[in-house]
Amino acid sequence: MLLQEATRGAHPLSGSIAEWVWLIPLLPFIGFLINGWLSITSAAHVGPKDPSAAGHDPAGHGDDHGHDSGGGAHGDDRHAVARHKYAGLVSVIGPAVLLLSFGLTVAIFMAMLGVSREAPFVRTLFSWIPAGDLHVDAALQVDPLSMVMTLVVTGVGTLIHLFSVGYMQDDPGYPRYFAYLNLFVSFMLVLVLGASYPVLFVGWEGVGLCSYLLIGFWFTDKANADAGKKAFIVNRIGDFGFLVAMFLMFANFGVLDFLGVAAAAPGAGFNSPLVTWICLFLFLGCAGKSAQIPLYVWLPDAMAGPTPVSALIHAATMVTAGVYLIARSAFLFSLAPVAQLTVAFVGALTALFAATIGLKQWDIKRVLAYSTVSQLGYMFVGVGVGAYTAGIFHLVTHAFFKALLFLGSGSVIFAMHRAYHATHNHDDAQDMRNMGGLRRYMPVTFILMWIATLAIAGIPVFAGFFSKDEILGAVFARTHESTLSQVSWLGIPGGSLLYLIYAMGLAAALLTAIYMTRMMLYTFHGPNRSGEKEQSHLAEAPWIMTGPLVVLGLLSLFGGWLNLPALLPIGPVGTLEHWLEPVVGSATNAVTGGPHEAAHSTELVLIGAAVAIAALGIIIALVRLKPERLVPAAQAPEEQGLERVLLHKYYVDELYDRVIVRPTVWISRNVLATGVDEGIIDKLLVTWVGTGIPRLFGWFGSRLQSGQVGTYAWVLLIGVIAVLGAFTFR
Amino acid sequence: MLAESLALSAVLFSIGAIGVLTRRNAIVIFMCVELMLNAVNLTFVALSKVYGMAGQVFVVFVMTVAAAEAAVGLAIIIAIFRHKQTVNLENINLLKG
Repeated sequence: MLLQEATRGAHPLSGSIAEWVWLIPLLPFIGFLINGWLSITSAAHVGPKDPSAAGHDPAGHGDDHGHDSGGGAHGDDRHAVARHKYAGLVSVIGPAVLLLSFGLTVAIFMAMLGVSREAPFVRTLFSWIPAGDLHVDAALQVDPLSMVMTLVVTGVGTLIHLFSVGYMQDDPGYPRYFAYLNLFVSFMLVLVLGASYPVLFVGWEGVGLCSYLLIGFWFTDKANADAGKKAFIVNRIGDFGFLVAMFLMFANFGVLDFLGVAAAAPGAGFNSPLVTWICLFLFLGCAGKSAQIPLYVWLPDAMAGPTPVSALIHAATMVTAGVYLIARSAFLFSLAPVAQLTVAFVGALTALFAATIGLKQWDIKRVLAYSTVSQLGYMFVGVGVGAYTAGIFHLVTHAFFKALLFLGSGSVIFAMHRAYHATHNHDDAQDMRNMGGLRRYMPVTFILMWIATLAIAGIPVFAGFFSKDEILGAVFARTHESTLSQVSWLGIPGGSLLYLIYAMGLAAALLTAIYMTRMMLYTFHGPNRSGEKEQSHLAEAPWIMTGPLVVLGLLSLFGGWLNLPALLPIGPVGTLEHWLEPVVGSATNAVTGGPHEAAHSTELVLIGAAVAIAALGIIIALVRLKPERLVPAAQAPEEQGLERVLLHKYYVDELYDRVIVRPTVWISRNVLATGVDEGIIDKLLVTWVGTGIPRLFGWFGSRLQSGQVGTYAWVLLIGVIAVLGAFTFR
Repeated sequence: MLAESLALSAVLFSIGAIGVLTRRNAIVIFMCVELMLNAVNLTFVALSKVYGMAGQVFVVFVMTVAAAEAAVGLAIIIAIFRHKQTVNLENINLLKG
């Protein structure tokens, strides 16, 4: 405490605008209160109802996916739509609070540019948990890492809020949507700005709650409500790991704020079991939140929410919280090479596994969902091998191009749904087999999505190339002369494992290029398969939706400039690395043993290999896939063999259902409900103990009540003597 | 004088207590209770020699309460007699569990 106070007093940012950092999460919270209030007060007039029923003839909406995400898309002029009576007000408040937060973040960022950033600036608001030895302040931390995250969250968040105005405006639950969205951003900012693990955890749980609320936004459809529950429950498993890690930290270090743990952790010793376990439990939390094997299953189902939600929560911000947590805990992870190798290997496995599933999905959002899981795996490879900057770099560029891809798919679905709506067609507006040739109808979306696709595939000069290449380069560099190469992981030498991870990363890059090109081919190229009547209704989305897309497109194009490699000095080199150096620099050096330049020739070969693989993927997809041969979903034949396995996602959901869900339900019903609850608690404890013992005492007491005054007098006398005796001989 | 007075009050109190415990007639028990009260009064008066006037003041209070108690108590006993034609407490045991 004293130390902190002293640091704070001396910090160059104290007294500056950074003192107002608490306003950054508070502003969206105010937005949440206003929008939530508007939503509640008018709930009686426009209650949440099936979005596809609004303005639709109720005669039939047969398909399941139609109302999944197309709910926002019934903004057709020819139909009466149930636009909320406060929609105009909400459209201003929702994005405005975000824009203010973004402005404040930029101001604090500017203030940081001019001063020394060696020590983080901690803004203590009040004492939150003063309980014995445990002392936790409600404190926010301004340092380079939290600033990068805050800029991404508020910046990309603002764009997605603007897009939402166009996408969701005609939804009956419009204020509720923005209330949830604002609340999400507020919690996300608490998560990235918190100065201790418990404060971070508040944000962590809060974003989980908002994720649940927004996945099940159209809750009248049971599939959506189930998807929300699935996300929430799977995340609880991860949160258990996070909690255990915090308990271990408190039990052994006695503190929970980042500065305190960073100071105490080296005392536990390098590669000690304690630090390894803390890191592994933290990673369990990350695997839940960031959808890594084995807890990734909730993310594809989370696509049941509105598409801007998928872009904001399930691609750009919340799911990257796990990567942020590991970068934030770099001081711990660099002490635990075994845990680091676990993180990197699980990340690589997830990247490859999810990419294979992405190859055969027909739902455009599911392709992007598995792509997100896969890219998150990449980020974990980065932070896992101690290349924290590379991991965060990929997090940032991924936020740009994946938000663009999701919003682009949102605008495609919007157009598709609008066309289907106009013609009363009830086909699936998200199935790529029903699309095709959309480049003629939506040229802006088409160009921007190709930019994002080239970025995610890793084609040079686009953002994803630099970040992905930096991760793979770091993995390769760690195979020699690093702490990771000197330990063995489950009997495998660390160096060999890193080569394997590198190979898996390359393979995933190949698959990424293939499935992304496939998605673009089937959506935008070839003939249109949506139907004769529908074609005349296909059109570009309004400017409020394409505007944010253009900004994200520019970011996806130039995002790589944030951290250029020394090999390609087309601008300032290593900006992000330099910026994050005070936070993760020493932790990175602890893994690599100090900065040492790799031979430029090796680096060139690595970059060449990565680019060749990405290009190969795109070429394979272009040559092998024929969008002309696709038939609409309704007429498509059943897939066979491996394709079928991939379409059903390796039957992992079914496996979990058989191995975990059903046994749990069975045990709950037959052991816990009938055995423990009805047998032990109801019968033994309630019936026997709960009624038997009071009855025994009651019988005994009633014997005392003889009705004889003489007996009472004797009891009274004995009592008086006993009391007097007790006082006398005390 | 003090020791004798206290001894006398102890004897009186004991006689009263034994009477309450052993007798069955409500009137007798009632009188024994009065005996105990007066034994206590005697103690108060005796000890006020040593500790000051408070004891004597207290005696006045005790006598007042005893008078009130006698009035209520006798009234209850008369009511019981009218109801059961007896004041033997062994026969009065309606309040048992």
